[in-house]
Amino acid sequence: MSTTRELKGRRSLFDGAIVRRASVDALRKLAPQLMMKNPVMFVVEVGSVLTSVLLVRNTVLHTGHFRFDLQITLWLWFTVLFANFAEAMAEGRGKAQADALRLAKSETTAYRMNKAGNMEEVPSSQLRAGDLIRAVAGQMIPGDGEIVEGVASVDESAITGESAPVIREAGGDRSAVTGGTRVLSDAITVRITSNPGETFLDRMIALVEGAERQKTPNEIALNILLAGLTIIFLLAVVTLQPFAMYSGAPQTIFVLISLLVCLIPTTIGGLLSAIGIAGMDRLVQHNVLATSGRAVEAAGDVNTLLLDKTGTITIGNRQASEFIAAPGVSGEQLADAAQLSSLADETPEGRSIVVLAKEQFGLRGRELSKLNAEFIPFSATTRMSGIEVDRRSIRKGAVDAIARYLEEHGTKLPSEVRDAVEGVARSGGTPLVVAENGRALGVIHLKDIVKGGMKERFDQLRAMGIRTVMITGDNPLTAAAIAREAGVDDFLAEAKPKDKMDLIKREQAEGKLVAMTGDGTNDAPALAQADVGVAMNSGTQAAKEAGNMVDLDSNPTKLIEIVAIGKQLLMTRGALTTFSISNDIAKYFAILPAMFAGVFPVLNALNIMHLHNAESAVLSAIIFNALVIVALIPLALRGVAYRPMSAAALLQRNLVVYGLGGVLVPFVGIKLIDMIITAVGLA
Amino acid sequence: MSLNGWLQILLFIALVLLLAKPMGSYMTRVFERRRTWPDGVFGPVERLLYRVTGIDAEHEMRWTEYAVAMLAFSTATLGLTYAVERLQGLLPLNVQHLPGVAPDVALNTAISFTTNTNWQSYVPESTMSYLTQMLGLATHNFWSAAVGLALAIAFVRGIARRESSTLGNFWVDLTRGTLWVLLPMSFVFAIALVSQGVVQNFRPYDKATLVEPQTVTGADGKGTTVTTQVIAQGPVASQEAIKMLGTNGGGFFNANSAHPFENPTPLTNFLQLLSIFILPAGLTVTLGQMVGSPKHGRAVLAAMTILFAIGVTTCYWAESQPNPLMHNVAQQRTEQQSGGNMEGKEVRFGVANSALFATVTTDASCGAVNAMHDSFTPLGGMVPLVNILLGEIVFGGVGAGLYGMLVFVVIAVFIAGLMVGRTPEYLGKKIESYDVQMSMLYLLIFPLVILGFAAVTVMMPTTGLSVLANKGPHGLTEILYAYASATGNNGSAFAGSNWNTHWYNYSIGIAMFVGRFLMIVPMLAIAGNLARKKIVPASAGTFPVTTPLFTVLLVAVIVIVGALTFFPAISLGPVLEHLLLHAGHAY
Repeated sequence: MSTTRELKGRRSLFDGAIVRRASVDALRKLAPQLMMKNPVMFVVEVGSVLTSVLLVRNTVLHTGHFRFDLQITLWLWFTVLFANFAEAMAEGRGKAQADALRLAKSETTAYRMNKAGNMEEVPSSQLRAGDLIRAVAGQMIPGDGEIVEGVASVDESAITGESAPVIREAGGDRSAVTGGTRVLSDAITVRITSNPGETFLDRMIALVEGAERQKTPNEIALNILLAGLTIIFLLAVVTLQPFAMYSGAPQTIFVLISLLVCLIPTTIGGLLSAIGIAGMDRLVQHNVLATSGRAVEAAGDVNTLLLDKTGTITIGNRQASEFIAAPGVSGEQLADAAQLSSLADETPEGRSIVVLAKEQFGLRGRELSKLNAEFIPFSATTRMSGIEVDRRSIRKGAVDAIARYLEEHGTKLPSEVRDAVEGVARSGGTPLVVAENGRALGVIHLKDIVKGGMKERFDQLRAMGIRTVMITGDNPLTAAAIAREAGVDDFLAEAKPKDKMDLIKREQAEGKLVAMTGDGTNDAPALAQADVGVAMNSGTQAAKEAGNMVDLDSNPTKLIEIVAIGKQLLMTRGALTTFSISNDIAKYFAILPAMFAGVFPVLNALNIMHLHNAESAVLSAIIFNALVIVALIPLALRGVAYRPMSAAALLQRNLVVYGLGGVLVPFVGIKLIDMIITAVGLA
Repeated sequence: MSLNGWLQILLFIALVLLLAKPMGSYMTRVFERRRTWPDGVFGPVERLLYRVTGIDAEHEMRWTEYAVAMLAFSTATLGLTYAVERLQGLLPLNVQHLPGVAPDVALNTAISFTTNTNWQSYVPESTMSYLTQMLGLATHNFWSAAVGLALAIAFVRGIARRESSTLGNFWVDLTRGTLWVLLPMSFVFAIALVSQGVVQNFRPYDKATLVEPQTVTGADGKGTTVTTQVIAQGPVASQEAIKMLGTNGGGFFNANSAHPFENPTPLTNFLQLLSIFILPAGLTVTLGQMVGSPKHGRAVLAAMTILFAIGVTTCYWAESQPNPLMHNVAQQRTEQQSGGNMEGKEVRFGVANSALFATVTTDASCGAVNAMHDSFTPLGGMVPLVNILLGEIVFGGVGAGLYGMLVFVVIAVFIAGLMVGRTPEYLGKKIESYDVQMSMLYLLIFPLVILGFAAVTVMMPTTGLSVLANKGPHGLTEILYAYASATGNNGSAFAGSNWNTHWYNYSIGIAMFVGRFLMIVPMLAIAGNLARKKIVPASAGTFPVTTPLFTVLLVAVIVIVGALTFFPAISLGPVLEHLLLHAGHAY
């Protein structure tokens, strides 16, 4: 995505430093109290310990097949280590980001206002919520807070990675500042809103580091499934020994543990936490911070997206697109008057009128200072702006305002102009009426410009079963037209904050999950109510507190990416679970004949891969089982390829790739490994 | 295999599929307490029953209350049957003057019939009086089937209801299932059976003089000449009908549906087969209608049909093969002989109908047999075993098949549902950790009991192995089959061994009890939890549970989960036996 600035630049998947740190961490994670959190891999570790002890015993007693037993034991340990390595790799990427953030967290000096109203110097770590501090140009803002006085441009690059300074001012929706950012100009007084250790930066560090990582609901459910399967396979293997003894073919513990480890879902068990961490990490790479993994999962489940029209669906400003002259007035006359009245109007709308007049009628912009004109600015009472020049009195404004202005001059708005006004409104535009010396000249059509590519994205969302609702303050007529043009499914016109809240509650009552973005304090209740509430980093502290994600780029369109990341996270888990379970079929065909063909040579009929001998078969299966974890680390960290399509199409595609693929791949893999280890003489 | 055989199999499945819709629609109406045509007859009876027993038919039960009511009812009726068995010597309708049944057999049998298993470690005609057969056993054929129906309906309500804490009323479901569904159908079916020659009387056993006296050698090696034969009688038809319809399977006679008084003609055989599948097949339609997605019901029915087709094809094929150990014997199919393996099969049914019966009776948890599974070829005999090990969800027992299948649906939806990028949803209900936990518990109990008991048994040479008639892989199959049949509440046996010992009577009793009731509790817990949830409206992003792809997925999950759990044991049983047979060894 071109709009995405990564927090600290994209690292290659196997960055040298991260790999080194992860390798050490993989060993440290062998501690049983850490392993116990992952039942599948814990079983493998217990198996490894058991075979290690037996290996020592057998060596002392000179029994067993040392070469085979040793290899099995080693590969069992490797299986555990590979899984730990995957988790450590995922964490390592987060840790690297956290280290970068910590640099911004260095101790600074704060200028705190004491009760007497005087400034005192204190270390930033002593600031408490409610303290008032002063920061001037060049100083670091010592903590999170709300500006109570002043305006300043602030460099927030430490947090957002964006080098262009942003304006922060008291009051309104741009009042929040973040500790660790720097004031570039002017001075501000800030009320600190968080205690040390609870600042935005602290939360961010904890999040990317995964220190506060808790298992998400879906991850818990999957863990239960995996633990259940592990118990079932444990049962199958434990009871196999009596059956084998009955049949006169008892097995060694090495072979039985190998069978067990091959059957239990080690692939997904070993990669599960890495997938979760990597999902959060992908979000961070998109410059979005989620307060919990639960929120990321919820993003995948979203049924309804509430999107603000302005800034999300349309580019922020309306642009003039057409001059509609009144009867008896030429287009050029209208354009001329419109241009004159807009010369001093620095708003984007005003500038677009000047541009349109030049494009359509070749009217050059005139220098305002040379005209000796008096500019009449827009005011809330008259709701018009205009210009007095060369005895020309030009006004432009909303239709009712101009109608009143005409009445004062004893004229009326011609019905043709009224019709034009309605036509513009119906098409989704905003009509501006222009009048000169008490006579209506015509209508300027101001148009909302829908961002490029939005229609396609909404089509994709629809294909994924997600409904988009546009929220706008426009009247229903205008809103309907824009909604049609943008291709959203529904719209909420003349929306007040309460309407937004009601809509969310209504959707949720139907069992739907709702996502929205917001930045203002009046968005806070809705952000809190929504299942996924993305607050803009430029927004108020209240909005940021209420949502469960913050977009550091303050780009409302990001919501669509967030949904995709959530879906990708869930899909990766499902794909690897399916793959892992499908793998077992081939492993049975490798190990079972190897176990019993010694006593019952007829069972070689099940050795459909024609593996070299019993030892090579068991070894190949266990080696494949270990290596597949490593092979899938990139997939776990990157997530499975995701393209928006319907659930039915996704299911079909993923079932073929990971289900059918999962059945077939190990047949090939185990056979190849068997050929290699036979060739190098390991079995 | 013959065209004639295949046509019979195809006709059978076509009729099952054809009858599923009317049967299912009728059951929907019955359990939603809508108007049905027999209301005039059963309505007053129903109201009278509620008034006498003081049941409030409008009372809605949470899953726990539903489970307690079901357990209380089952325990009470289990006690009744045990008492009748023990006291039959003092009770009327005991024309053969049979003594009270031994405690271990009586308990085993009481559990067996309460759990819809109908495992019979005894010889009925020389153990049970007519009163015991009717009051102790046939009643359970109705009740256990009605309980299964009620439970399946409760589960379906759990899926269909939105933000509800209750699943219906157990007593109402039990009563309506019995009165509206089981009683009238059994009545009609019994009359049809009588018309074909199935006996229905209270006469003492007949004694016939043999045309050709036989000399038999006893255990002590002494030969005795037998000149007469006792021909058992009894109220067979009334019990036979519900034995099949309720997927109970407990024969009035030891030979079960191979006995000419139970199953005299090819027509009764066909009707018996049909009556096993008709309610379970209909329930898939009921499922579709009650959850508001008839297509989902059809997808589930399709999955069942596929698994059935695989089973019956394998079994029919295996049984049609010549025995590789019999050289110089013409074994091919001709006008004069059926060909294939006819050992342990009735000539009037032949290979096709025996293979079909074996598949059907184990797909459903019926357990009636018209041929000896023990005498099947190793692979032919593997089909009934595998059918049971998959959980008897291919049509399955009345009710039990559907809820067992639905637990697999929950697991399939959870495993594959994540792959569409959403929290897995089943018909709008999110599948969360509690549901997965209970489903895994359900899936775990089954192999735990089967493999656990089988493993313990093979470790005990005297108690466990000495009763086996066959050694080697065939013996292992027999033991596996016994515990699978018990835990799966099937009741058929890989005969050939004497299961009437203390160890087997008690261990199989426990297996039947656990396999029924301990699995019902987590199942109802899932239903209760699902009922509480909101329903997420369907959209293009919803996991599809109505498509052919879903059917394939469901079949794959069932086969893979089943195969992964039991493949090691199976490979040392029937698979090994098959391979050894072709290498020239028989067991």
